[in-house]
Amino acid sequence: MDYEIVIGMEIHVEMATKTKLFCNCTTEFGGNENTHACPICLAMPGTLPVLNEKVLDFAIKAGLALNCEIQHYSKFDRKNYFYPDLPKAYQTSQFYYPICKDGYVEIEAGGKKKKIGITRIHIEEDAGKLLHESVDGTLLDANRCGVPLVEIVSEPDIRSAEEAQVFAEKVRNILEYTGVSDCKMEEGSLRFDVNLSIREKGAEAFGTRTEMKNLNSFRALGRAVQYESKRQVIDIKKGREIIQETRKWDDVKGVSSAMRSKEEAHDYRYFPEPDLVPIILSEERIEEARRTLPELPEAKQARYVRDYGLPQYDAEVLTASKATSQFFEKTVALYDEPKQISNWIMVEIPPFLKEKEISIEEIPFQPEDLVELLTLIQKGKISGKIGKKVLSLMFEESAGSPSQIVEENQWAQMSDAGELSDIIAKIIDENQKSLDDIAKGNKKAYGYLTGQVMKATKGQANPQLANQLIREMVEKKLNSRD
Amino acid sequence: MKLETLTIHEIVDLLKNKEISYSEVVDSVLKQIEGQNEKYGAYLYTDPDGVREQAKALDDKGVTPQNPLYGIPYGLKDNFCTDHMPMTCASKMLENFRPPYNATAYESIKNAGGILLGKTNMDEFAMGSSTETSYFKVTKNPWDLTKVPGGSSGGSAAAVAANMAYYSLGTDTGGSIRQPSSFCATVGLKPTYGLVSRYGVTAFASSFDQVGPITKDITDCALVLNAIAGHDAKDTTSLNLDKKDYTQCLTKDIKGLKVGICDSFMGDNLQPEIRAAIDAAIEVYRDLGAEIVPVCAQFLDHALAAYYIISSAEASTNMSRYDGVRYGYRAEDYNDLEEMYNKTRSEGFGLEVKRRIILGSYVLSSGYYDAYYNKATRVRTMIREDFNRMFDSCDVLLTPTTANTAFGLGERTDDPLAMYLTDVYTVPANIVGAPALSMPCGFDKNGLPIGLQLMGPVLCEETILKAAFAFESATDFHTQQPKID
Ligand SMILES: [Zn+2]
Repeated sequence: MDYEIVIGMEIHVEMATKTKLFCNCTTEFGGNENTHACPICLAMPGTLPVLNEKVLDFAIKAGLALNCEIQHYSKFDRKNYFYPDLPKAYQTSQFYYPICKDGYVEIEAGGKKKKIGITRIHIEEDAGKLLHESVDGTLLDANRCGVPLVEIVSEPDIRSAEEAQVFAEKVRNILEYTGVSDCKMEEGSLRFDVNLSIREKGAEAFGTRTEMKNLNSFRALGRAVQYESKRQVIDIKKGREIIQETRKWDDVKGVSSAMRSKEEAHDYRYFPEPDLVPIILSEERIEEARRTLPELPEAKQARYVRDYGLPQYDAEVLTASKATSQFFEKTVALYDEPKQISNWIMVEIPPFLKEKEISIEEIPFQPEDLVELLTLIQKGKISGKIGKKVLSLMFEESAGSPSQIVEENQWAQMSDAGELSDIIAKIIDENQKSLDDIAKGNKKAYGYLTGQVMKATKGQANPQLANQLIREMVEKKLNSRD
Repeated sequence: MKLETLTIHEIVDLLKNKEISYSEVVDSVLKQIEGQNEKYGAYLYTDPDGVREQAKALDDKGVTPQNPLYGIPYGLKDNFCTDHMPMTCASKMLENFRPPYNATAYESIKNAGGILLGKTNMDEFAMGSSTETSYFKVTKNPWDLTKVPGGSSGGSAAAVAANMAYYSLGTDTGGSIRQPSSFCATVGLKPTYGLVSRYGVTAFASSFDQVGPITKDITDCALVLNAIAGHDAKDTTSLNLDKKDYTQCLTKDIKGLKVGICDSFMGDNLQPEIRAAIDAAIEVYRDLGAEIVPVCAQFLDHALAAYYIISSAEASTNMSRYDGVRYGYRAEDYNDLEEMYNKTRSEGFGLEVKRRIILGSYVLSSGYYDAYYNKATRVRTMIREDFNRMFDSCDVLLTPTTANTAFGLGERTDDPLAMYLTDVYTVPANIVGAPALSMPCGFDKNGLPIGLQLMGPVLCEETILKAAFAFESATDFHTQQPKID
């Protein structure tokens, strides 16, 4: 019997607003414990939430970028549960009337294109952080309390671990482009919940699903889906019942385990938040957001292929992150060699990013510097090989401009025919044997002579010019022998 | 001259004419507090030294009052946050809590030069109708020490009635300003929902809670409302309207004003003396040239049920933050998180608060949500429509504030339903978010005050104040004083 995996995902994304959802505290990551928290964050008596209007614009943008219908009327609800990281003991969220509905994302997985439906996007607040390792027991850090999130809920349209990963990456990519989130996985800006069930291929009805919460990397997402789907298939084959439950994914051990079952599940007692008035969005405001929406990855790829003549593969790699595409676009604006720039960004730069453990935003030089380097190569001031050495030094602290690096290291190619001719003449005089070999038809001796020239010039001779001069001068010598 | 028996506007006139000093003003009420608070239990906390210092500073500077509340001492119900006093909500849960911020209403009065005497007793977290659910003390009715002052703003009403403050602020969720005002013969106004900021006032039921003044007469009521009404960016449910001077409407001419009366407020369970007092009040209005219009308010039958369902639902989640984690009471011994929560909340909350939490959690729980909470919100909408329709034919609705005068201490504490029924005439205004005022209109055979309630459509405070002022000018109930030794 063939089985099919059915997955719906919830993606929690921290929005990149400067201040929190309901107060003026900063959303900045880090900071000493409880220094980004006020009486509102701490749910002191009598405090009231005031909606950060910026959050609305961000949520609208997220909705538009994910092809959703933006709702003219939406509002907040209270999701009630006790946990020490949730000061009010309710999360202010949107349950009954979310801000965006009915969107989709187009993905390509396993060579096939398909649409993954977006059921809804709603705004909610993040919880704080519990620090368990302290000798004083568990402590609360409220800095993240009230940081605005959007939760993106997909339809159960996903059918494999690959699709889940591609979908998640696509959503991340789109949100990063819109500026809705910085999407920093390592800071927990993006978290995935997976609802997964198994059914016989072709069946209409869904199987019993389990939920895995708070997966915080694409790798963990893929592994968790693979593990959990296998587990369910094995249980079904053995005739064991799948229990509707929340499961915890242990990424270190690579296993999921039951957390709480449906019977123990929370009754969140959702009800309309009386402290906040409904959100009414005008058509003008939505249109303004649509107008100011930046170019999204797919449109960019099409443009790179069309306007720069790049292969689709290059276009995809260059648009895989907003920072990469920005770096590419800035460079190409200064130096009209798109394919050459693409090669440097795709091939030459990444090893250094990996070595230095930095992202493309953190490259310590500007697009202007890369252009300077490429110009030096193009003008023959340095060889491509030296160019790579220059690039490596550009990643060092307090490195100068490419020209300065070339000068300091005396890497400029010897491209002066006169100077080079003198050196070659001397080498030919010293290597009569090579001349004899060439006369006998052994062309390999040319290579030896080139090697000697490079040695004498410490590699700075322009190799093409050197080869050309050697041939001319050797032939002249041989002719004069006759 | 017994200064403490005077009104705000009388005191300010004396201050302006330099006939008295600020120190004399604060001494007059502090002397009352020092002599009587032990007996009446109106205040939970006072700051006599701070108050005297502020008054002395004003005297030293020789300033004349810059506005009508300048230098006038007042009391705050203990669910308002101020950064220099404890705020307990009369609960063990917040026994040692000191807020690091100020309620906006308090800030407004501070900016107007008011001098805060202290915090007044109340029902725990404002849940109750007699001030008997306070964890700390019982407040007694200044008109009869064996009776309750009403609630939940019982301390605020008793303080004004016993001349321990020139005025006070309370909160009204289902009648908590008007009912104690009725029991204590003070003037109490619940303004339109959103007219006064709720910021810094501990929430009970967020969609009903409203801050309002308790004063000795209608002029004072308008003066205090002037200071506290207004938009506040910290409370997004507060209304963004132009500032008004509510004293402008205090003219005695109410010829042609349509005063609605409604049989459903005059049922069989109404105490006969209250019926007589209301009938007499209707005659006063008729004599003043008002048009008496019979109206029909069907909403009254369902108002109380809808109110207790929705307010308890909101209260149950508003109370959740008191979990022992960040501030307030935390149980001494516990083995794990669950036990810490259970013990903290079991030990920290009183019976009535627990009752509302359980009731509210129940009506919101899955399987019951539609039958209770959802239905109650639909009833609320119907009541709102009915209420608005009623005001097509009248300008104000005249009713008794309560069906009975103040009841005996302990009389209803074991019967929550009887206690809830106390609010039957006052909750409709909260459900609709409309303004309503209670003022004295007589006394029963035992000398206990009777309250007259005037309700109006949303944002018609001026109509209500005008009608109230006309009645007050034609009668002398507001000048009566309880016998205090
Ligand atoms: Zn904050």
